[in-house]
Amino acid sequence: MSVELFLFYLAATVSLVSTILALTRYNATHALIYLIISLLASAIIFYLVGAPFAAVLEVVIYAGAIMVLFVFVVMILNLGARGDDLEHQWLKPGMWLFPGLLCLILFLEMIYVLSGSSQNLAGTVVTPKEVGIKLYGPYVLAVEIASMLLLAGLIGAYHLGRRYLVDSRKES
Amino acid sequence: MDEIFIYLIIFGTLFGAILYAVVLVWFERRLLGLWQDRFGPNRVGPFGIGLAFADMIKLIAKEDWVPPFSDKFIFIFAPTAVMIAMLMGFAVVPYAPGIYVVDLNIALLFFLGMTSLAVYSVLLGGLASRNKYALLGGLRSAAQMVSYEVFMGLSLMGVVMLSGSFSLVDIVNAQKDLWFVVSQFLGFFVFLIAGIAEIHRLPFDLPEAEHELVAGFHTEYSGMKFSMFMLGEYLGVILISSMIVTIFFGGWLGPDFLPPIFWFGIKTFIFICFFVLLRGAIPRPRYDQLMSLGWKVMLPLTLINLMVTGGVVLWWGQA
Repeated sequence: MSVELFLFYLAATVSLVSTILALTRYNATHALIYLIISLLASAIIFYLVGAPFAAVLEVVIYAGAIMVLFVFVVMILNLGARGDDLEHQWLKPGMWLFPGLLCLILFLEMIYVLSGSSQNLAGTVVTPKEVGIKLYGPYVLAVEIASMLLLAGLIGAYHLGRRYLVDSRKES
Repeated sequence: MDEIFIYLIIFGTLFGAILYAVVLVWFERRLLGLWQDRFGPNRVGPFGIGLAFADMIKLIAKEDWVPPFSDKFIFIFAPTAVMIAMLMGFAVVPYAPGIYVVDLNIALLFFLGMTSLAVYSVLLGGLASRNKYALLGGLRSAAQMVSYEVFMGLSLMGVVMLSGSFSLVDIVNAQKDLWFVVSQFLGFFVFLIAGIAEIHRLPFDLPEAEHELVAGFHTEYSGMKFSMFMLGEYLGVILISSMIVTIFFGGWLGPDFLPPIFWFGIKTFIFICFFVLLRGAIPRPRYDQLMSLGWKVMLPLTLINLMVTGGVVLWWGQA
């Protein structure tokens, strides 16, 4: 087994284990930490299959910005031990049964699909420049739509926040 | 490159960076003292440099205490995050031609990724302490770092446009004729301020403002765990200084009478001194002032810089 393949399976195992742990933790902060580890592991997988740009973006955007905001929200809620108890009440073992069954179907399907093909790991390396040219060439419409969506989100957040600001000024 | 040589560089980077950070704790106090017309710590060893090591021995020898009300798993994990992230950041810094750990074609993004992971240290430290002051410090730092990260990354894109690469070695080589600080002065200015905010140094150390938050996120920390936060901060100062030098001040480039690595060292040292001087010279802004400065001044400045740079690059048809 080559080093790359070994690293790939190692990162994949870490990613799977941490994702399962992230799903089953009762404490929200612990779950988030496992989710971050899972994202970092998938960044390594991206790197190994020849997409360094996607790997770094995974770290910068998902692990470095979006998950920070998740932790931020957990901090503001400041649930503590009370939150753990609530989770215990909500998350009964029986709840896993049906989702588990559905996942099993998908898992079997994936094994069937993968067993047919024999694709090599470490294909062509995609440089950031190629990604940029692709994004602003054939996929420019998708980029514009995504930025439109972000703009809508921005305006929405500003609207909600502004109403709150005006209210609090009236009160004081 | 030779196999052993690479290991030597890796070891040198790790050891050198940590040793530099330890000595920097003393150096900062000493320099601040001299600038404020007093002596600073000057008793232990020549120039008082022994104080750095005395401090280290004291911190290592202290009892390793975890508060019983804290979230133990995260409480212990938090200080390691900043150390690991900052040390990983050094992996892409080119010290001289041929002397670097790796030359990634995404080095600049790698550096940004590592600094953004360092946020977790402060955030989780504040959260796991289960202490109001620590929580407030953590909250502040989360908002501060996430917003300053945005234009920290954007401010560097002008340089990427001009050099046509994310690789730091290419960026240094592109500065043979003219340092990017001249053509990208706005970018440099924004990156400097965002860099200070990112490693929460004074005057932007709102997460740990001692007059309002006791000690902020590390209120509950002591001993070696506290010193890891401290070392992480000083590692951040060194990392940001060396990045400023690499990206905007020509890295190892300089006149021939000194070897390249010395030029890199000298320039980095000047920026570290500048960071210390800032601490001694500028008062701390209010928290809302900090945030509005970021979003209302820095972000538009960066966007203007980006647009003008893009326009100029297109006009002359470079890169």
